[in-house]
Amino acid sequence: MNERSSVTGTAPVRTGDGRATNGEILRVKDLCLHFRTSRGVLQAVDNVSFSMQRRRSIAVLGESGCGKTSLARAILRLLPRNVHLYTGEVYLDGTNVMKLSDDWFRQKVRWVKMSMVSQAAMNSLNPVLKVGYQVAEPLLIHHRMPKKEALNRAREVFRIVGVPDDFLQRYAFELSGGMRQRAILAMALVTSPQLVILDEPTSALDMLTQANIFNALKDIKNQLDVSFILITHDISTSSDLADEVLIMYAGQLVEHSLSTTGYVKPLHPYARGLMASVPTLREDKKLEFIPGQPPSLINPPTGCRFATRCPQRFDQCSHEPPVFAVGEQGELVKCWLHRNA
Amino acid sequence: MANELLLSVKDLRTWYELKKWGFFHTGHVKALDGVTFDLSHGEALTVVGESGSGKTTLIKTILGLVPATSGEITFSSHKLDGKTSIGWLRSKVGFVQQDPYGALPPFMSVRRILLEPMVINKTGTSIEREQRIREVMEEVRLLPVNDFLSKFPHMLSGGQQQRLVIARAMILRPSLIVADEPVSMLDASVRVEILELMRKVQKTHDLGVIYITHDLSTVRYFSERVFIMYAARFVEKAEVREIIHNTLHPYTKALLTAIPDPDPENANQYRDVPAGEPPSLVKPPSGCRFHPRCPVRIEGLCEEEQPPAFESSRDHFVECWLYRK
Repeated sequence: MNERSSVTGTAPVRTGDGRATNGEILRVKDLCLHFRTSRGVLQAVDNVSFSMQRRRSIAVLGESGCGKTSLARAILRLLPRNVHLYTGEVYLDGTNVMKLSDDWFRQKVRWVKMSMVSQAAMNSLNPVLKVGYQVAEPLLIHHRMPKKEALNRAREVFRIVGVPDDFLQRYAFELSGGMRQRAILAMALVTSPQLVILDEPTSALDMLTQANIFNALKDIKNQLDVSFILITHDISTSSDLADEVLIMYAGQLVEHSLSTTGYVKPLHPYARGLMASVPTLREDKKLEFIPGQPPSLINPPTGCRFATRCPQRFDQCSHEPPVFAVGEQGELVKCWLHRNA
Repeated sequence: MANELLLSVKDLRTWYELKKWGFFHTGHVKALDGVTFDLSHGEALTVVGESGSGKTTLIKTILGLVPATSGEITFSSHKLDGKTSIGWLRSKVGFVQQDPYGALPPFMSVRRILLEPMVINKTGTSIEREQRIREVMEEVRLLPVNDFLSKFPHMLSGGQQQRLVIARAMILRPSLIVADEPVSMLDASVRVEILELMRKVQKTHDLGVIYITHDLSTVRYFSERVFIMYAARFVEKAEVREIIHNTLHPYTKALLTAIPDPDPENANQYRDVPAGEPPSLVKPPSGCRFHPRCPVRIEGLCEEEQPPAFESSRDHFVECWLYRK
């Protein structure tokens, strides 16, 4: 019961962060999400653990199919029907939300404490409802707020994300792609969540619009008490927002480091290959690529999942799954090369 | 041979008609509005532009998929108009699509996909066709060939699918390949592989390649010349290095500012990019199309008159009044 009461934040304005333990907003421990498919059990997210501090933003990077989006869905408990296994612990603001019932989670956690901007969400706006109403809707539902008040709050959030006030009265088709994406962002921020998951927030937008949206995100990060998890495969763009970098490979986390290490000199061989494959505009560098393909997640290799493509593998790699080692700057890396003595 | 003209496009316009209730004419979407360029044999060039700037219409017009409204396209000294044989054009121009999975028929095996163009164009005997398939597959490194021949597209990874699309574009030995965002759907680690492959193929066969992309950072790994497209026109044309180190047009400058390199410092600074959206192509702004968003516009000139292409230095053309002579 105690745990439940601590997530009952009903006020739309954020309650203080006194409850938080050592400034930690999210801690994920041994999170697994496996799906049932016709060919067997697919380990989309396998034993992922990480933690993040308040007002930080983490970029989750990896190739398509490595489990980035599944991780986001597992944290938000937005699960499809074919879930085979969904275990682990997700502490949000000190509370293990995995223990909450589905109803309670829906009413008091999702879109109240954390929200999400999903991929290509700008196309999911309802065409027959005014944008302002759609943005205010979470308040009407979660906080039972009077409509007028909710619309006022929506107007406030519109201002934060950089949408003119009169757009409240418009329909989705009257908005450009960039404005629609901002409206979706407003929808995610309207309940003042502490954690917002951005799943490829700008992948469908033009370069200039993308830069504008990231400017808005930086503003939000600097002004509000909100943490971002940015899921993307666009490594260059992710550096615009990230304080920390999580690198996923084949359903597992392989490296968690600060952006100053993660983008510059990553430790895991996969992370190194990934960073070396990013084309840069301003400096001349020889691009590299990682030969081969990621393993199937249905019967992943027993040892390190990257072993078959790794240029630095040795015997142990293909037999024993590596454990996390701590690097010099506190990076966590799942590789036998970096084992701590 | 190297300097011989392969493709020449002069003042090309492609307008799509807008109709109300199916027959009342209400205007035009001017998707291409006065585009001029030349491409030599064995030259690669890149067209960079945002979505809706007319990149794909340019490709479609060159491929003969949409008729040009006015202007001239000359391809290996044949003028392309309604009377050009489409079959001949298709065998000379290869097309690499953006989405490899969407571009490959799911019910055909790899062999069938590669055989089809040769069957349609009635080239070679069956033995020669088989040989050509193997040759091309080796070239795009779909190896071992025998393992791939009977596979279907869904059994291939994204990178392999894109290799197959490239193989199909090459199979009739074209002299020009147009590639519409060939790597935008692929993962970063595969992207480089495909770009390098395309570059190698281009060099070995002395192909002309038009590479269309929105991602300026991949350009330097691919071509010498780059054209920046904004609202249906080329606003700047120059060599890649020149564009990056001696940027002239305000739009190109904004575009370069908007593109990040992976650098942890990025998180601490804002990007200085103009707000707003590209203009409607039905009623483009008067004068220079970038003037409503331009931070350095000249009042009384930019909104009045469309700037012509000024040659600021050798082979560096820019459509901007700031550089008038």
